[in-house]
Amino acid sequence: MSEPHLQFVAHDRRAAPSASTTTGVPAAASTRTLVPLRQSTRIAARSLGTTRAGDLTSGPGLRARATVTGTAAIEQVSSARAEARDAVPTNDLSNWKNAQQDPLWVRLTLIGLAVGSLLLLVIIPVANVFYQALSAGLHAYWDNLFNDPDTRHSIWLTLIVAPTAVGANLVFGVAAAWAIARFRFPGRSALTTLIDLPFAISPVVAGLQLVLLFGLRGYFGPWLREHDIHVIFALPGLILATMFVTLPFIARELIPVLEAIGPDEELAAVSLGARGWQVLWKITLPNIKWGLLYGILLCNARAMGEFGAVYVVSGHIPGQTQTMPLRVDRLFQGYNTPGSFALASLLMLLALVTLVLKTVLERRTQRELAEAAKLHTVEIES
Amino acid sequence: MSRRVLPGFRLSLGFTFAYLTVMVVIPLAACVAKAATLTPSEFLAAVWTPRARAAYVLTVGASLASAVVNVLLGVLLAWVLVRYRFPLKRLFDAIIDLPFALPTAVAGLVYSSLHVENGWLGQFLVPHGIELAYTRAAIVLVLVFIGLPFVVRTLQPVLESVEHEVEEAAAMLGASRWQTFTRVILPMLLPAIITGFALAFARSLGEYGSVVFVSGNMPFRTEIASRLVVDRLEEFEYAQATAIAVVLLAISFSTLIAINLLERWSQRTYV
Repeated sequence: MSEPHLQFVAHDRRAAPSASTTTGVPAAASTRTLVPLRQSTRIAARSLGTTRAGDLTSGPGLRARATVTGTAAIEQVSSARAEARDAVPTNDLSNWKNAQQDPLWVRLTLIGLAVGSLLLLVIIPVANVFYQALSAGLHAYWDNLFNDPDTRHSIWLTLIVAPTAVGANLVFGVAAAWAIARFRFPGRSALTTLIDLPFAISPVVAGLQLVLLFGLRGYFGPWLREHDIHVIFALPGLILATMFVTLPFIARELIPVLEAIGPDEELAAVSLGARGWQVLWKITLPNIKWGLLYGILLCNARAMGEFGAVYVVSGHIPGQTQTMPLRVDRLFQGYNTPGSFALASLLMLLALVTLVLKTVLERRTQRELAEAAKLHTVEIES
Repeated sequence: MSRRVLPGFRLSLGFTFAYLTVMVVIPLAACVAKAATLTPSEFLAAVWTPRARAAYVLTVGASLASAVVNVLLGVLLAWVLVRYRFPLKRLFDAIIDLPFALPTAVAGLVYSSLHVENGWLGQFLVPHGIELAYTRAAIVLVLVFIGLPFVVRTLQPVLESVEHEVEEAAAMLGASRWQTFTRVILPMLLPAIITGFALAFARSLGEYGSVVFVSGNMPFRTEIASRLVVDRLEEFEYAQATAIAVVLLAISFSTLIAINLLERWSQRTYV
């Protein structure tokens, strides 16, 4: 009894006409009209705004009445449906949509304000970067970028520093996300806070910390000098500073993704005899690949553009320790505005490409999460 | 999850712990240790000079001002992007994230050159006395740009999840659109607004790259606290630089704690 009843509820409105067109009412059908009747009277009641159907919709009483007089019930259904149909135009249902809609002048003003502020804050600056970079012509642009050895070196240096920092934080991110999302242990939330900490620390302070540790007069300074290792004002310092600033990105991106996907597939793999690395390479990484790419993308954008932390540890030796953003700064300070904007336009291009890829990846990660959610609902239902 | 069926617990946790110790804990400890080498009076003398005080006030003040502007702008942008349809909407939606992706030095560079006297925008604004280059207002403006995505992105999902029945009910009960917005929708958005405000504020506190380009870095007038740290470092006054850095750390940690408390409070009150 309960199952067909449920099914009937499922397609209430489509079932109603077929029920009302049946003339001979077998015992079984009369009970089945019960639901459509309740549905349609409820619809009618809602649209008419009356309480008349109140007594009809109260379950058991109605059920008894409907089973006794099957045909009467059907008549009631069709009349209620007719009333409902008639009632629709008189009761202004279009108000339903209007409750969320603002008057035209409000909409236009707000859209105008929003577009205007985005234009001033974002679009004009973007256009201005390219305009100033190209204002002296393509030839000068090319010269500024690639015929200045220090600028060329800064591009090269950024291409070394950023991927190294991203690589280190990638390994860290996967390990941290695995530990935090897959296991419960004391101090777990403290660990999460610790991962977030670099977000809260000013990049300049981050650089200062490294100077205090590895600088000539720093804690490890004498030892490093003895062994002729250069950290501050050299490549390792740049990499360490960038690593610190971009540390949270990948881990923060992966933890929610891993948590949403859940450990079931990995548990299955383990139960089938997979070893740890096999689980990681064959199950986990393929499952989280879009989230992972998203994290890498954000991490990389920040790594290539980092200024404050790198500024402190760099020493600004042209052709040696100037990354792209630092070179932009130095060119600007040296009144070489076209050169500075040419390099800035490269960084702007990087940002725009990042933005496009981000939009694509966001959609993919959401799909990944949605699929994980679907799997969960299937489990709950079954 | 029964007693750690999954592999790699020790390895991953051990690595995470070691990495965080080397990258975060030891450097922070070095910072505190260095500051501790100063006597209390030396510490105070380093962090409480008139120049340093002006820098703290400017850093916190400009961050607050920009976060407030970001809230107003963020509510407007989130509302327009969620509720209305207009041409190129998806483009406008996407470019809101540009401040996340753009190196802050580039933002500073272009903002300062836009607003100087012969810049694209400066040529219209400077004659009217609106100087947005090398002033405090310039700092606020560029911080508004840096913090732009935070409020919008925290508000958007919340605004999308507001069910239309709520507004229908308000309309049925005779509320005007403005009343519905201020009395019904805005309270629902408040937790997200607070979160976005706090994120933008915290980001602005630590911002350096863009601000040094637009501010001119004049002591007492447009010098932010981070810049002062760099200045002290360049004079090789490590201990003094560290003392100011510790104050900055204290400001950002207390902001973090305040954010957490505020979020917990707003979630309890409004959800």
